[in-house]
Amino acid sequence: MSNIRLTGILKLSLLSAVLAFTSNVFADPVKAAFVYIGPTGDHGWTYAHHVGVNHLKEVMGDDVIVTEVESVAENSDSERVITSLARKNDIVFTTSFGYMNPTIKVAARYPDIKFEHATGYKQADNVSTYQAKFYEGRHVLGKVAGLMTETNVIGWIASFPIPEVIRDINSAFLAARSVNPDVQMKIVWVSTWYDPGKEADAASALIAQGADVLFQHTDSTAAMTIAEEKGIYAMGQASDMQVYGPNSQLTGIVNHWGPYYVERVQAVLDGTWTSTDTLRGIDEGMIQFSPMRNMPDEVKLTAEMAILDLEFGDVDPFTGPINRQDGSAWLAEGETASIGDLMSMMFYVEGIESKFPD
Amino acid sequence: MNEGLLIDIIIGISIASVPLIFAAIGELVVERSGVLNLGVEGMMIVGALLGFVVQFHTGNSYLAVLAAVFGGMVIASIFAFLTQFLLTNQVATGLALTLFGLGFSAFVGRAYTEETIQLIASSNIPLLSDIPLVGPLLFSYNPLVYLAFFMVYLVWWFLFKTKQGLILRAIGDNHDAAHAIGHNVIRYRLLAILFGGAMAGIGGAFLSLVQVPIWGEDMTAGRGWIALGLVVFSSWQPFRVILGAILFGGITILQLHAQGFDIRISAQYLSMLPYLATIVILVSLRMGAKNKTNRTMPNCLGRIFHSTT
Amino acid sequence: MIKLIPRVENSKAMILLSPIIALILTALSAFVIFVFILEDVKVSNVFFTLFVEPFTDSYYFSELFVKAAPLMIIGLGLSIGFRAGIWNIGAEGQYVVGGIAGSAVAVYFYDVEAVWLLPLMAIAGILSGMFYASIAAFLRVKYQVNEILVTLMLSYVAVFFLSAMLQGPLQDPSGFNFPESRMFHDSALLPIIWEGTRLHIGLVVAIILSFIAWFGIKKHMFGMQIKISGSAPRAAKFAGFDDNKTVWYTLLISGGLAGLAGLFEAAGPAGQLTPGLPSFYGFTAIIVAFLARLHPIGVLFSSVLIALSYVGGENVQIDYDLPKSITQIFQGMLLFYFLACDILIKYKVILFKTIRQTL
Repeated sequence: MSNIRLTGILKLSLLSAVLAFTSNVFADPVKAAFVYIGPTGDHGWTYAHHVGVNHLKEVMGDDVIVTEVESVAENSDSERVITSLARKNDIVFTTSFGYMNPTIKVAARYPDIKFEHATGYKQADNVSTYQAKFYEGRHVLGKVAGLMTETNVIGWIASFPIPEVIRDINSAFLAARSVNPDVQMKIVWVSTWYDPGKEADAASALIAQGADVLFQHTDSTAAMTIAEEKGIYAMGQASDMQVYGPNSQLTGIVNHWGPYYVERVQAVLDGTWTSTDTLRGIDEGMIQFSPMRNMPDEVKLTAEMAILDLEFGDVDPFTGPINRQDGSAWLAEGETASIGDLMSMMFYVEGIESKFPD
Repeated sequence: MNEGLLIDIIIGISIASVPLIFAAIGELVVERSGVLNLGVEGMMIVGALLGFVVQFHTGNSYLAVLAAVFGGMVIASIFAFLTQFLLTNQVATGLALTLFGLGFSAFVGRAYTEETIQLIASSNIPLLSDIPLVGPLLFSYNPLVYLAFFMVYLVWWFLFKTKQGLILRAIGDNHDAAHAIGHNVIRYRLLAILFGGAMAGIGGAFLSLVQVPIWGEDMTAGRGWIALGLVVFSSWQPFRVILGAILFGGITILQLHAQGFDIRISAQYLSMLPYLATIVILVSLRMGAKNKTNRTMPNCLGRIFHSTT
Repeated sequence: MIKLIPRVENSKAMILLSPIIALILTALSAFVIFVFILEDVKVSNVFFTLFVEPFTDSYYFSELFVKAAPLMIIGLGLSIGFRAGIWNIGAEGQYVVGGIAGSAVAVYFYDVEAVWLLPLMAIAGILSGMFYASIAAFLRVKYQVNEILVTLMLSYVAVFFLSAMLQGPLQDPSGFNFPESRMFHDSALLPIIWEGTRLHIGLVVAIILSFIAWFGIKKHMFGMQIKISGSAPRAAKFAGFDDNKTVWYTLLISGGLAGLAGLFEAAGPAGQLTPGLPSFYGFTAIIVAFLARLHPIGVLFSSVLIALSYVGGENVQIDYDLPKSITQIFQGMLLFYFLACDILIKYKVILFKTIRQTL
């Protein structure tokens, strides 16, 4: 494990050196386009991509020309938007799962254009996929939550029962239990990625039922504002939500897409782009954290140790012995979860009392 | 289930019902005058936006609410002008209003999606709100909540205890006869429409000023349409609006709580309930009320008034 | 200041002119708005992208009709009902239900390649749309419950039902539990009529249906029934036209057509059933119907106009970084102006002159 990490860091350093010392003054700038599911002002998922794009523009300057399109619905219209962009750009990034099939369809018609699809599972010769190890982030957050909760109830505002969401719940739960054996989770499914009103209502309901630390797998800042109003803790999601929860935000996962975007655009510039399936976590900098606030120093220390463990150590959030919720064995002592298991995870781990959604 | 949770649930439901009460009570007056304004969603969202913007820039909640009222009225006046002076089809005009309102608010609101504001604070009425149980339940709300219930009473009083209210209702039932007697049909309807706009505006502002202190496109999420259903549900009787709003708001909140308690009903089917319930109740009202004339729809609802002078 | 004087008879010239005036007014308003919000961009460029480019570029031209086809079909059904004063505002729900039913058939036979599959899917879509609308028809006939509210409430229910279906029986078993159906196989996809584009047979069906409807309304007794029921309900009753029958027929027709459009959308551009199926076509089609003055052939044109605002508006969003809401604003404005200009048909508008001169 650590060998792979080291070569990763080595590769990154080499790449940075290359970037620093070469300048492609004779090549045409790369035209890169980004398709967003929401507004950049959501201060959540899309905002994080936008920040990444700004990083891209900063690092590559005149070598890249960027187009961003916001609020593209995940219906048959998206195919037209992606096509429009494919006609005028060299590489198109589609930043939501629902664009998967339209991306594949358009890519088939434009074999010379490169496509990058976030959180999907279909690749092609000219289609890459990329995903972040959010569950590593949740592991750290889980430990903080486990230590900070006084009612031993963690509230979770969940969107849809897909593997990504289930994985995050499991990861946080295991981590919280590891520091607090009495902790329990209440999970509410809001069936949307973005609906401030509904997210707020869900937050209020969870708080009323005793949750004093809130997690969310949705895109707005509503839950954070409710947590702030009611004086309980909450975790930021995708971006730093401190503005919305100065007293309630403990920390949060910050999606750090910038360096990946630079890599991919640079590859197009250098003519070295190939279809890849990327999954990166803390060690490669794709998952970062908002500053640790509103917590005692010991908790802060635990969190920072957890981050270091994930980054440099051999720790994997899913390390056995772990059973499934129904009691059946999943991971043996010391065994870690395979990528395949993780990507198709459709069960709760043992200890979660909520019934698994149909 | 402890009483603290019960109180929280009741408070949650009350708060969820407020925007619906405002919007529905306004539309009730409009429909009582014989006009059908389907543009409630558009007026609400404009109110939500303007309230947020003014609160953000001035920090003054009173101004923010006034701005929402003003915004709702301005948008409503487009509808009033078209339907009362240019005699356009009310259904189409109302839909255009919704469309325009949604687009306009999204457009202007772009600059504000990253901002947040101070929520209008709840006003814990001193002493009274300290009474155990009843205290938080009745006396710890935001001023706008009390205003909503007060407006319902005010509308009831106006419609059934004043001469002008009687005239308004008469116009709604038979605008030709009312006109023949000498009442200014257009003026009453105009004022009713503006009032509807004002109420929808406050209803929308409640969302962005009280419920969640952020602005988001389409944050009304269909509440305007629900309000339209509520008006019919209430048989155009003001106090029943409260009942309907609580039913609707209630099911939304209860569905979330049920999940927290791990009650095994799919979220989607639970979400359908308020809408299905509205239909069921509409039917049952009809079944029971065939002979009660003051429980039926204003006769002239939706019909264009052609002045013969 | 503004006086409306009723004309002796409807101005024929205005029937043709008033939509054009409305368009011009909308364009002028658009111009004013653009001048205010655009920096560094020529307004004429934006206008070109918005109004002209979709006609000069073959891809966007095809997309115009891809977008217009469902609007045509639904708008057609709605215009029939609106003529009779039956307001099916919840066509969106019937559209979704039709899409669900058609997709269910497609997915059930996922391993069967046969030529009867598509027609079967279409029938499923039509029947389920009809069924969904019949609820409103029944309630209106039996209990006089207003169809506006019933169809509207049911349209919300349909969207939740879609979500339930996609997380349940219609979910792709090999799709990692994402709420989407399988991709449809070849027999379940609509034939493309313009190679290389997404333009499918739905357009042809829409055009044929429009002509059938036009013919039917002109010649057939039923058309007469609808016309009179709408404009003079008491006279209609007198003549023995059954109001209840009208309610049933119009709601079934508009429901069935909306359901068909839903199936076309799932089996055409989408190629699967997803949560993105509801695209407010059911509501936009109401605008289409009004802009067409409820005329079946007119619906063909007004749906292309609205499709233009979508496709052109999207390109403006991409090329000039203008917000998506611009499209909604213009659609709302167009409808406002159109409705307002219609007044010119029945009334003469006199500005700033006093009546003094006529006395």
